[in-house]
Amino acid sequence: MAEPLLKVSGLEVHFPIRSAFLRRRVGTVRAVDGVDLEVARGETLALVGESGCGKTTTGKAILRLIDSTAGSIRFGGEEIAHHGTSALAPFRRRMQIVFQDPYASLNPRMTVGGILAAPFDIHRIGHAGDRAERISALLRTVGLPADAARRYPHEFSGGQRQRIGIARALALEPELIIGDEPVSALDVSIQAQVINLMKRLQAERGLAYIMISHNLAVVSHVADRVAVMYLGRVVETAPREQLFFHARHPYTQALLSAVPEPVPGRSRSRQVLQGDVPSPAKPPSGCHFHPRCPIAQPRCAEETPRSRIIAPNHAVACHMVSA
Amino acid sequence: MSATAAPPESQAGRVWARFRRHRLALAGAFVVALLMASALFAPAFAPQDPTLLDTALRFRPPFAEWAHPLGTDELGRDTLSRLLYGGRVSLTVGLVAMVTTVATGALIGITAGFLGGWIDMLLMRFVDTMLCFPQVFLLLVVAAFVPPTLLSISLIIGLSSWMEVSRIVRAEILHLKEQDFVAAARALGASRRRIMFRELLPNAAAPILVAATLKVASAVLMESYISYLGYGVQPPLASWGNMLTNAQGYFDTVPWLAILPGAAITLTVMGFNFLGDGLRDALDPRLRMDP
Amino acid sequence: MIGFVAWRLLQAIPLLIGVSLIGFGLMHLAPGGPLAVYTLNPTIQVQDIERIKVIFGLDQPIYVQYVKWASGLFSGNWGYTFFGGRPVLDVILERVPATLLLMGSALSVAIVLGLSIGVLGAVKRYSVFDVLATTGALFALSFPTFWFGLMAIFVFAIQLRWLPSGGMWELGDEGNILALLEHLVLPTLVLALVITATWSRYSRSAFLEVMQQDFMRTARAKGVPPAARLLRHAFPNAAKPLIALLGVELPFLFSGALVTETIFGWPGMGRLFVDALNMKEYPVLMGMMMFTAIFVVLGNLLADIAIAAIDPRVRLR
Repeated sequence: MAEPLLKVSGLEVHFPIRSAFLRRRVGTVRAVDGVDLEVARGETLALVGESGCGKTTTGKAILRLIDSTAGSIRFGGEEIAHHGTSALAPFRRRMQIVFQDPYASLNPRMTVGGILAAPFDIHRIGHAGDRAERISALLRTVGLPADAARRYPHEFSGGQRQRIGIARALALEPELIIGDEPVSALDVSIQAQVINLMKRLQAERGLAYIMISHNLAVVSHVADRVAVMYLGRVVETAPREQLFFHARHPYTQALLSAVPEPVPGRSRSRQVLQGDVPSPAKPPSGCHFHPRCPIAQPRCAEETPRSRIIAPNHAVACHMVSA
Repeated sequence: MSATAAPPESQAGRVWARFRRHRLALAGAFVVALLMASALFAPAFAPQDPTLLDTALRFRPPFAEWAHPLGTDELGRDTLSRLLYGGRVSLTVGLVAMVTTVATGALIGITAGFLGGWIDMLLMRFVDTMLCFPQVFLLLVVAAFVPPTLLSISLIIGLSSWMEVSRIVRAEILHLKEQDFVAAARALGASRRRIMFRELLPNAAAPILVAATLKVASAVLMESYISYLGYGVQPPLASWGNMLTNAQGYFDTVPWLAILPGAAITLTVMGFNFLGDGLRDALDPRLRMDP
Repeated sequence: MIGFVAWRLLQAIPLLIGVSLIGFGLMHLAPGGPLAVYTLNPTIQVQDIERIKVIFGLDQPIYVQYVKWASGLFSGNWGYTFFGGRPVLDVILERVPATLLLMGSALSVAIVLGLSIGVLGAVKRYSVFDVLATTGALFALSFPTFWFGLMAIFVFAIQLRWLPSGGMWELGDEGNILALLEHLVLPTLVLALVITATWSRYSRSAFLEVMQQDFMRTARAKGVPPAARLLRHAFPNAAKPLIALLGVELPFLFSGALVTETIFGWPGMGRLFVDALNMKEYPVLMGMMMFTAIFVVLGNLLADIAIAAIDPRVRLR
């Protein structure tokens, strides 16, 4: 297999916890605690997990919006984890983000035209004369009228605003777009429209997506492959069908059994997890999942399981799973 | 925040509706407009040159004759003309001082809030320290050593009162910089400067506008006080403050010479204060203080 | 609590250093510098100025001057006046009682009046009284103190002849408490006006906020009578922001006192400040800036400690 578009290995993002008194470091939140991911050109990888599992932090670390503590981020074959602002500039054009909250992600004091002109301004693309044409082309692409450019974000509905956010992400013609729960703030009826738009854009432009989501129904629509995260680690990665029908990790199985809309054809035996998600400031030893795991053994509390390939493209990090 | 949560109707319309309910603010806006107009067109309204002496016509009372509607002073100068030209001086100083205050305060506030860390710590300790000095002390000490010109007076007033503005702006920036539109700008590769001044600053416009309006009021007050003490605007240039100084000597016999410029100062300060209060209620309901 | 006080004291140290740096810097950056009074005087020769520089240590490097000056600040040696050569600290300290008397009486009047108006306004929200009081406070805040002082003198001293127009005592009548009180009335009222307005606004909003809290509703549900609710439940909780206000408003109180003293010829620090300004007495000006700033730092410290004494939660932060 050729070099993937994005290859993340051993990624860690730790946040210090500081005391009010003298700002001493009194602890560490291990938001991302050793994540490995690969995304090929044109494919969609879904990153799923409960809130607080570190999936959004992983996305932001890949985009270098948050500095990583350790690990490697290779984009197009180049290591970018330690690039400074100027070295990073070309990569800003190649990967973009669409945010969850379409109300907070657009500057309320800028017109839509101003918001969409920003990428061209920043990267000095084109000249003032063709700006308007570029912006209306972007608006056309996402299905908004050209006169939207003169209006302010608050004049649009949530779905329309999310289209503006997608147009902004498209402006620099990136190869990878990270969607951070891009539809979870929208009405269900609107969700399908936005997802279809994103799928169409992927088909037309050969985009790769990382779709961060807690909604397995959405994931089942868009993903080529799925990675499941628990407390800062990826516990299972598999192609979509494989994951939905032959999940091996007990956490993935529990997650799937909790989905309210059954995925067609999957037998439903509901597993309810015991206890709460532990704090990432004090993650359990060994396998982070062991205190809640129905099949945990003493070994799970001592030894961190490594990710192992158990089937083509299917990797699981669990001591209890064998190929 | 209010701006992002606003429903799709016209924001400006809602702000205007809230402002209009505030009757004192409307009165303040009216007074401010009137003062601006009278300062701007002082030469047209003034009965004569404010520096013209006529010792034959000293201490004329107000409302006695058409030539001097508000009477004359101890040197026979026309009081109305001096009030109008003095208003020009007061408003000029007030506005230039306000711009200085807002520019300094906003720059320091946005730098501290956006960059954070030890820069934030140092700048905010500097603000705390400056706030330990009573403003009048700070102002007078510098004013006493700097040759008084309109510009130097404005700058001194502006540079001794920016601290609150920097705190307001910093608080606003701390709240704003966590929003996704800032992350979006960073993902696009925007420079720090672009994020600070193009993305963040316009969103802090409402509290800055309110502070700016209130700062004009306090700057006018400060100017009149230091001019009254003799360290501000120098004669023969008329200012409401130095008109009071002269009038004090004839207090028991011709009180109107002191009443008129004082009333002008009070009216101006009230106008801007009421306007600022109304703007605060209209622009930012979170900061409301009065019914 | 002891830990909290110690921590607060520790925090005051950088503030005091900052205050001394700004005060020192301001004096030396001013055109003409500390010797402006001499260099601007044509009768003084250049070599005399050089001699004066040596006497005052002004020929030494700036940081040496600062260290000497700052260490003097702590040991009570605040330098000597240019005219008369008296110790600056003595000159300042002899004016402190008059200023404290004026500030104290104005603050007492303002707190009693402002608090009553504010609480009444909060209890009877949107009543005629409340609307009049809040509007009146807004008017009072816009009144130029010095002009208000002049008007008060005009009405009460010149027209009505009820009260003296200025000073602290009549000549030959020093020590007469009644005369002192008579002289105190007008400056107190003038200084108290703006503070009363501030206090009524803040106490109104502080009480409004407290009265909307759940424990107030609980007290009402339990049948605690209104007066007891106000005194025992609302007051201790509303007191915190008001004590903080007391600390924060100290610099404004000093500014107001300076203005009031100049109008009424009240022989306090404000009067001294303006006199020193007119004579370009830089050691006195610098000493007064430092004195007020240190006073403000300590005032805020006390306010913080008082708040922590009332509310144990503050200590834990």
